[in-house]
Amino acid sequence: MRLGDAALARLREAVRAPDLSGTPYRLVGPIGAGGMGAVFDVRDERLGRHVALKVVDVPLDGEAPAEELLREARVLAGLEHPGLVPVHDAGRLVDGRAFYAMKLVKGDRLDAHLARVPHLPERLRLFLRVCEPVAFAHAQGILHGDLKPSNVMVGSFGEVLVLDWGLARAFAAPGGETTARGAIGTPGFMAPEQFSGGAVDARADVFGLGALLDASLRVAPASPRPNALAAIVARATAEDRNGRYPDVASLAADVARLLDGERVEAHAEGAVERALRLLRRHRVAVGLVLAYLAVRGLFIFFRR
Amino acid sequence: MTGFPETRGSLVAAMTSDDRRERARAFETLAGAYWRPVYTYVRFRFGRTHDEAADLTQDFFAKLAEDSLLARFDPKRARLRTYLRLVVDGLVANDVKAARRLKRGGGNRILSLDFEAVRREAEEARREGELSPEDLFEKEWVRSVFSLAVERLRDRYAASGHEKRFGLFSAFDLEEIVWSAHPRPSYQDLALRFGTTAVDVTNQLAAARRDFRGIVLEVLRELTVSDAEFRLEARALLGIEPAS
Repeated sequence: MRLGDAALARLREAVRAPDLSGTPYRLVGPIGAGGMGAVFDVRDERLGRHVALKVVDVPLDGEAPAEELLREARVLAGLEHPGLVPVHDAGRLVDGRAFYAMKLVKGDRLDAHLARVPHLPERLRLFLRVCEPVAFAHAQGILHGDLKPSNVMVGSFGEVLVLDWGLARAFAAPGGETTARGAIGTPGFMAPEQFSGGAVDARADVFGLGALLDASLRVAPASPRPNALAAIVARATAEDRNGRYPDVASLAADVARLLDGERVEAHAEGAVERALRLLRRHRVAVGLVLAYLAVRGLFIFFRR
Repeated sequence: MTGFPETRGSLVAAMTSDDRRERARAFETLAGAYWRPVYTYVRFRFGRTHDEAADLTQDFFAKLAEDSLLARFDPKRARLRTYLRLVVDGLVANDVKAARRLKRGGGNRILSLDFEAVRREAEEARREGELSPEDLFEKEWVRSVFSLAVERLRDRYAASGHEKRFGLFSAFDLEEIVWSAHPRPSYQDLALRFGTTAVDVTNQLAAARRDFRGIVLEVLRELTVSDAEFRLEARALLGIEPAS
């Protein structure tokens, strides 16, 4: 028997789709593929709503990917935050594949979204919103482990969500450590200690966030990067984790200071730089004083 | 799946088994999965005529049966299908055709294969698309895996008295004419055609697809050597492409 092209395409589609028999879900279509599985748009017929169904690729009982997927579901379910996708359901489909159902978020990945955000302050404010759920997870003792622009989604109502917690692991916060699970992560966004499989703590995610910030600033149209911002990126992504910000809150606070025109911790500014920063920060007051002086000068001039 | 045999291990291991029947069965499956890709690849990668490609395909399987080619395969370095494609490259490059044909007794064929049928299909596929010979090899390999799986599903349903289920599966998922020229039949259409209810059609098709999926994985398990290779191939065949 030799299958024709049309039959082959139909069968491939049939075997890729999750078998939703016995579940309240009806398949709508594929959304995308992640590290260990695929995500589908399904309709929950019980509640009349669409949800995203993440399904591991290959149905093998006891195999690591299924356990990893269910572990990811449990991690996410334990973290309730507006910047994290809520998990509704988890289990196994009749075809043996592990799955979990989560809120279906419509929007763009951060890198795609940033192409429509040309202004630096707006990009930095978005970055601060990425930091929030990560800092929250750290407070619950969970590291993300794979922070990068494609794992952040900006929803159609401006909500910022940190996705893909498949590499997340528990650590005893604060100040605690866990062991990296080998060199698992994304090159360029993975802290050196994570790459080498050593002990990791919150500073591994500080590195990931620093690399994410760096990548966010490079998305075209990229704007000039002030020295203070370059210093923040450099400190967050320092090779030696002792040279990094101790936690996400410190990194976010430095970015917030930059936005407010205050001196950032990561950067030792010179006198001219300081003067220019103060001018920018107090430009309204400086403008008013200059206007007052000009009017006053004119008044004196005409009195003569 | 009731009455279905347990998943078999890797064919590569079976090919070196002491059990002659085990070796023969493994060879048959390996040949079933690879003869079309090899023929197509030899024709279009090396510009060989139909007869030359058919001969070289036979040579390839003779070499596979006689030599310790599979024992030398290292799953850490490549997928099995990539390795076998490289073996074809070597075979053609060394042009060992004459010697091997002589060895087999002047061109005796070790496999009975319908090269005429695949000739037309391969030439059409080459004309229609811009696929490279390597991509054609991959595509024909996927087609062979699915074709083998359909044959197994049909045989197992016949053995377990589930002919109607296979009939429904065939009508809904296999019949080219139905969905190349017309919309696919509705479950209600199929219910009328097979003298059953739409609910039964839904359940039978779900079961058939589930079984089919299981058999595709079973075939893949046999055609791969390591868990890592199996997973890679399963993702390639069953995973979905990332959204653009």
